Amino acid sequence: MTWLSIIIAGLLTYFTRMAMIALVSREMLSERIKEVLAYVPSAVFPAIIFPAIFINDYGTFVEIHDPKIFASIIAIIVGYFSKNIILTILSGLISYWLLIFFIFN
Amino acid sequence: MLDVSPHMLSVVPFGIICGAIGIELGFNPYLVYGMSIIIFGGASQIVFLQLLSGGASSLIAVSSVGIINSRHLLYGAVLSEYLDKLSFIKKLLISYIVVDQAFAESAKFFKNNKSEKNLHYHLIGTGATLWICWQIATLSGIILGSFVPEELGLKFTIPLTFIAIVVQDLKKLDHVIVMLVCGISSLLFFNAPLKSYIIISPIIALFVATLILRLKK
Repeated sequence: MTWLSIIIAGLLTYFTRMAMIALVSREMLSERIKEVLAYVPSAVFPAIIFPAIFINDYGTFVEIHDPKIFASIIAIIVGYFSKNIILTILSGLISYWLLIFFIFN
Repeated sequence: MLDVSPHMLSVVPFGIICGAIGIELGFNPYLVYGMSIIIFGGASQIVFLQLLSGGASSLIAVSSVGIINSRHLLYGAVLSEYLDKLSFIKKLLISYIVVDQAFAESAKFFKNNKSEKNLHYHLIGTGATLWICWQIATLSGIILGSFVPEELGLKFTIPLTFIAIVVQDLKKLDHVIVMLVCGISSLLFFNAPLKSYIIISPIIALFVATLILRLKK
């Protein structure tokens, strides 16, 4: 039963990936739509970022002084100026570790 | 491949966590691993297992996966423009590897190299690299199980990797507005059923983006 639901979930996921690529042709997209689509990364990824920072494992808001908030700000600053993905992730993770192990302990 | 290699920093820990959570929740290891091939979508795999182990019906678990992954429809719409020349079969095959990080890096590359032919090789490179890492990482998570200490907070690498993806767009005010609208909506709608905040907030944000475009003209 569980296998069956995994297969259905897999097919559904594959459909979401395939639908637009395989079934939409270039002519179907107007210039207007293309302009809007340029915002897709900015319109999708914050929905992954914000809850992961501001909402904890129990589904409630974190405190305003949560270490994840500080670490994210550091990562944003480092990422903005360095333009380097590795530095962004590492600076965020390391500052998070420093905060949880030394300051909030 | 090089374009996505920095993302291994978050994909690998996330895959390990994903495998480990599945085992911790008491699922059959084959089942946990099978998901990595059949579904191949990190967050949705974890949610699926958590819902089932929490006693939710399969219908709810499957619908949640569908809703979480519906964001790929938007990725596909962006990529379709560049993959238009591929044969139908190739489109069907390449679709399997369109995941967040592959989309982010390849869409950027496509935009900057519009005139080049065979752009799709870039997507195959990013997608296949992520696929292999995901398989190895979830397998290691299944084997290592709870050896990975939760205190390290490795889950935090996920928002970090997406921050790294969008951070350069903070230079543009219109993008900042769209990001804030999406982020704030995701918090407001976080408790909406079936994790639907993940598609509700992009829709609201894209609506705001159309308004911005209209104002600009």
